[in-house]
Amino acid sequence: MSAAFALNKGPEASQQDFLLSVEDLTVSFDGFKAVDSLSFYVEENEIRVIIGPNGAGKTTVLDLICGRTQSTKGSIKFRGKELTALKEHQIVHSGVGRKFQNPSIYEDLTVFENLELSFPRGRNVVGALLFKRDHEVISRVEEVAEMIFLKDLLQTEAAILSHGQKQWLEIGMLLIQSPELLMLDEPVAGMSVSERIKTAELLNKIIKDHSVIVIEHDMKFVKDIAHRVTVLHQGKVLSEGSMEHVQNDPKVVEVYLGH
Amino acid sequence: MIGDYTYVEFSSILAMQGFAGLSLFSVFVLMALGLAIIFGQMGVINMAHGEFMILGAYVTYFCSLFFQEYLPSLFGIYFFIAMILAFFVSGALGVVVEWLMIRHLYKRPLDTLLATWGLSLILQQFYRSVFGAREVGVTLPDWLLGSISLTDIIDVPINGLFVMAITLTITLGVAFIMYKSTWGKQIRAVVQNRTMAGAVGINTKMVDRMTYGLGCGIAGVAGSAFTMIGSTGPTAGQLYIVDTFLVVVFGGAASLLGTIASAFTISQAQSTMEFFMSGSTAKVLTLLTVVGILMLRPQGLFTLKIRR
Amino acid sequence: MNITRLFDRSEWLGFAAIAAILLILFPSVIDIFRLNLVGKYLTYAFVAVGLVLCWGHGGILSLGQGIFFGLGGYCMAMFLKLEASTPENTSIQSTPGIPDFMDWNQLTELPWWWEPFNSLAFTIVAIIVVPSILAFIIGQAMFQRRVGGVYFAIITQAIAAILTILIVGQQGYTGGINGITDLRTLLGWDIRTDSAKYILYFVNVILLLGVVMIAQFVKVSKFGRLLVAMRDKEDRVRFSGYNVSDFKVFIFCLAAAFSAIGGAMFTLQVGFMSPSFVGIVPSIEMVIFAAVGGRLSLFGAVIGALLVNFAKTTFSETFPELWLFAMGGLFIAVVMAFPNGLAGIYSTYVKPLIARILPNEQKAANAAQATKVPTKALAE
Repeated sequence: MSAAFALNKGPEASQQDFLLSVEDLTVSFDGFKAVDSLSFYVEENEIRVIIGPNGAGKTTVLDLICGRTQSTKGSIKFRGKELTALKEHQIVHSGVGRKFQNPSIYEDLTVFENLELSFPRGRNVVGALLFKRDHEVISRVEEVAEMIFLKDLLQTEAAILSHGQKQWLEIGMLLIQSPELLMLDEPVAGMSVSERIKTAELLNKIIKDHSVIVIEHDMKFVKDIAHRVTVLHQGKVLSEGSMEHVQNDPKVVEVYLGH
Repeated sequence: MIGDYTYVEFSSILAMQGFAGLSLFSVFVLMALGLAIIFGQMGVINMAHGEFMILGAYVTYFCSLFFQEYLPSLFGIYFFIAMILAFFVSGALGVVVEWLMIRHLYKRPLDTLLATWGLSLILQQFYRSVFGAREVGVTLPDWLLGSISLTDIIDVPINGLFVMAITLTITLGVAFIMYKSTWGKQIRAVVQNRTMAGAVGINTKMVDRMTYGLGCGIAGVAGSAFTMIGSTGPTAGQLYIVDTFLVVVFGGAASLLGTIASAFTISQAQSTMEFFMSGSTAKVLTLLTVVGILMLRPQGLFTLKIRR
Repeated sequence: MNITRLFDRSEWLGFAAIAAILLILFPSVIDIFRLNLVGKYLTYAFVAVGLVLCWGHGGILSLGQGIFFGLGGYCMAMFLKLEASTPENTSIQSTPGIPDFMDWNQLTELPWWWEPFNSLAFTIVAIIVVPSILAFIIGQAMFQRRVGGVYFAIITQAIAAILTILIVGQQGYTGGINGITDLRTLLGWDIRTDSAKYILYFVNVILLLGVVMIAQFVKVSKFGRLLVAMRDKEDRVRFSGYNVSDFKVFIFCLAAAFSAIGGAMFTLQVGFMSPSFVGIVPSIEMVIFAAVGGRLSLFGAVIGALLVNFAKTTFSETFPELWLFAMGGLFIAVVMAFPNGLAGIYSTYVKPLIARILPNEQKAANAAQATKVPTKALAE
């Protein structure tokens, strides 16, 4: 594991060094601060896993980064570009992809069409009207389908896929966008053991050329993939570092086992 | 002097317009309360709400005939009995409709809208075929006739005051049911988390049915009160349905207080403007303002910022 | 896109069948009075086709399509009315040369916004552009703020109500409740004669077929699949890098433009336009035309508009009492029992039957199945 000690550089280091820098991020829902002055940094080609008890604000952090929720204050910079003022689709265009907790796919369309719609071309009205299913699209769809184990199911209606296959399909829909940063919310939740193994294999393939932020509860899975782990608690960073470091942090033990 | 009026006259006119606005306010609130429960709490669009209201009005009308004919000595209080009857008749029809139709459509809100529109057409034609196409009015007992003179210009009709009193009572009653009673807690629990509510032993299907029935029953009472200030015809309900939906949406669909505030704002705006311009222009301006505000602030006046 | 790929084989058959019925069968067997009625019904099909895209595929239910139908119709009616109100024709008025209803309402000159409607070119542009701009404003305001579903339905309904009250209230400028009546000629060509009615019928049908082709083009393009995707998972579309509101605004405007063409053709064929085709009731009835035909089927929309209106005319002539019962029942039945309308019934019951009777068709059906079955089997 290439656990680069980015922490040593600290926030005062130039932000350009980081792929993503979140600083002093806060969001409050009617006075309740779901995320509270949160700061963290993700490096190029890093796999960051966010863990934390229920209600720690993990999903909210992803929502804030991808623009689904508006922050109350703070900044999110992606390659030095401020994301907080952008709309969701603009954030996608800058290279951030997001997978939801529950598989979010188009049930009425086939696997092929699901992937095709995520292919990054013809994303405006005119482009969509004139979009052609050419060789480039077909070969890219097939390539991604191969990766996500759905090559033989391209013409299947997505509604009848199994839960695990739907999760894969959504990951595939992200991959075909070729984002630089992938954000996955509990990618193995609800999967069978064999599906988990295949997913870990898939993620290990993906991370070779992407940066990834993953929210996950499955500790074994986290150990397998994480470069660094951020533990959130009540909207704040409780601990950050390698898996071992985090596991031995008394504050983390307190939150998970204490009270 | 303002125009041709003295200040006294002018302020009196404003007061009278304000009072007329209060009558409209009462009708809006009574109709909107039922809708707010059904739409705000259950997410169901009840386009037949006006017809449930008119059912209550017809019940009141027949009650007044019955008392006039057979129990003239009790005529003074027939209205209270009529109101209770109206609640149960409209409520019962609501329960039946929920069982036959609405419960199959909870996951398709746009389709409930079309289906209840169909129901409203059927009810309208039913009223026309059975009760006749002409508008009917109830005879008011003596104590509701006449008016109170506040100054030598301002006269306040008693029936208007009475409708307002009823509105206040019903509003308090609904607030009590929704926020204090066990039933209200169950309704709100089902709205917030249906699965969990079921898991802790609430019969969610029964709660749905009763909530729908309650909403329709309140519409019936609204119709009953409506007879005090206007006449009843088969299509009278449809005149108010769009306004009432705007009232509910404008107020922020899930908020009872918002519904009342928005009913007040819309009715006052309309009746005040009616003095300065023609009725239709006043209505157009009021509705346009409401729609304009809703376009800028779709969540309505009162709302909570919640975590999605 | 290649025109032959616009429809698949069975869709070509359906399109050809509808074209043949409307262009050949009806004109040859129906007298001109009834044919004119069919033409009138078909103007609603323009609206229904728009609703199939907007509501059926995109999940955006507009209860205000009467607004656009009416605006298109009124634009046309204003032009025709000005042509009918020459100073010679209106010499008995106190102000000759303005439309009669203006004179009755003591207007002494033509309002400035009526002036451009002296030009046919302007009118034709206005028929499309005015409703589209209104749809753009409504759509932009609502969809930018993520208002959809029932809220959108209610707001569009309210706007339909507002427009009706406005038209009825501003008698002097709009003709009020009676609408704009007594329309006679189009550039000197008398539109009330039988031969004119024939020609207008054919123009109407050809425009409708054109609109169906445009709608089909949208439906089979990636845009069409995006519409379905947005109906299903709006957020996912957004996070695939699409600006959802742009797409919704476009499809809403397109549906509005279709409705407006229908409205203009209505005015031409029926000879008047009034607020009773603008408000809440006609708008929601237009939805039922699409629902009866099948909210996902463009051909269904045409058939639905024809059948429901035919039933309406028949019922109201013979049993006026029963019509509202029938209409109400239709709303409920279509929603509860046949959410995909006639097109749904056709593909569930009739298509397999045809496949059994015609072995040729069966092979095609089998071939279509063959590409699907193994993949499905694998998934299970």
